[in-house]
Amino acid sequence: MDRAMKSSNAIRSWEITSETNYLNRRQFLRETGLVAGAGIASVVLPGRLLADVRDLETVPGPYSTDEKPNSWQDITTYNNFYEFGTGKEDPYQNAQAFVTRPWTVKVSGECDQPGDYHYEDIVSPHTLEDRVYRHRCVEAWSMVVPWVGFPLGDLLKRFSPNSDAKYVRFKTLYDPKQMPGQRRRVLNWPYVEGLTIHEAMHPLTLMVVGIYGRTLPNQNGAPLRLVMPWKYGFKGIKSIVEIEFTRRQPRNSWQISAPREYGFYANVNPEVDHPRWSQARERRIGGGLFAAKQPTLMFNGYADQVAQLYAGLDLRKHF
Amino acid sequence: MTAKNIRALKVLVFLACLAPLGKLGLEIFGLAGLGLGANPIEELIHRLGKWGLNFLLITLAVTPLRKLTGLNWLIRFRRMLGLFTFFYILMHFLTYAGLDQRFDIPVIVEDIVERPYITLGMSALLLLLPLALTSTNGMMRRLGRRWKKLHRLVYVIAGLGVWHFYWQVKEDILEPSIYICILTVLMGYRILARWRRQRATRSAYQRSDHERTAHP
Repeated sequence: MDRAMKSSNAIRSWEITSETNYLNRRQFLRETGLVAGAGIASVVLPGRLLADVRDLETVPGPYSTDEKPNSWQDITTYNNFYEFGTGKEDPYQNAQAFVTRPWTVKVSGECDQPGDYHYEDIVSPHTLEDRVYRHRCVEAWSMVVPWVGFPLGDLLKRFSPNSDAKYVRFKTLYDPKQMPGQRRRVLNWPYVEGLTIHEAMHPLTLMVVGIYGRTLPNQNGAPLRLVMPWKYGFKGIKSIVEIEFTRRQPRNSWQISAPREYGFYANVNPEVDHPRWSQARERRIGGGLFAAKQPTLMFNGYADQVAQLYAGLDLRKHF
Repeated sequence: MTAKNIRALKVLVFLACLAPLGKLGLEIFGLAGLGLGANPIEELIHRLGKWGLNFLLITLAVTPLRKLTGLNWLIRFRRMLGLFTFFYILMHFLTYAGLDQRFDIPVIVEDIVERPYITLGMSALLLLLPLALTSTNGMMRRLGRRWKKLHRLVYVIAGLGVWHFYWQVKEDILEPSIYICILTVLMGYRILARWRRQRATRSAYQRSDHERTAHP
């Protein structure tokens, strides 16, 4: 249904949109109350043509923040993706040749529709949404990112999880030939992350395939990655090749490597410090040399949406 | 090495020590295609800290190098290198305190008290202070033998410095491990040299004892 609607939609004139116009579009949408960016003529800034190609068909999604998104440059050159190196610019440097097609995701565990699914099987039934989320790294920096994706819950429901599916476990590709960072045992490869089934089904939880209307760059976790904006960034597992429904809480990679410092939940929480640094404030990327830090918000500002998931849970113990 | 040559070389070394600062300047202003990336404050703090450690290790390498090569004039550059160590580490701290924490004293104090790696770094900087202040010829004369004792603090400072680095990284300990290895070699040389000296003195005593008994 969504696809039919999309293909009959003749107004996708802004297949080429600059970052500036992306912002203008959002502003325009807010001001006029228009949906889907109807009939907006886009101006292409000279010399930026290639970088600005929008190649994904999207609709505006819910939960977007009004804060100004970080630049394409910042979002795609300042990354933690240890599979491609531990320096912030290593993923940008080392991930360019990474092959993301064909891509298969193995679905297993407590569900009625296990199997191997191609990238297209995973993505094509869903309407892609633009969602501008705050992104808070456990290292106390943050960004605002205009993701493109669809609710993870919509995808998981297609695999018909059974009543024993209490958790979902995700795994990143293990391929040291392509991922030079995996040649050293900095973490316990392959990278593993997990969510409770309620977290996974939460409407904020996004399976991401793009940024700024463009296909996800390799360094940002192509072709498929998770984004849970109320959790620290490392929960957003990248280059996903396995989804498993489990009865028991999975152990995630950072928890395995440093259990005192990183927990299963990893919810953004200004009151619970990392053992080695404060989480009370954060450095918003893009502010230059003279910007002040800003206070970190409980659940990264998404408390209204997610706080009830953790009712009765001691967040100091379950950090 | 003539005095004139040393003076010329000192100018060159001084300029070379300023080169990292010059490069940082270009990076700060985005000149010559250089830049500090998306998180310039953090990058600046890290680079200044690393240059501080680099200079500290270079300073500690002077004595072993002098002994191994017999180039005694190397010692004439040690003070300058030590002062550049202090300079880069002070800049490292000021960037953290000024740009990162905007001189918010309660926050800085909390960091120093509650974050062990910052406690270590701060201790190292405080210990460097008396060494920098007593680096003049006048102070060397005035302190005499105590000067040498005082300046042995540099070994403690080096230990604190690399530990501070090691403790700060998230999980990838490769780079701090390299610093630890280099420091271990530099300290190992000193321990070995000291042990050899002691053994030489002891055997000299024994020899003289032996000679006494042999020729009463």
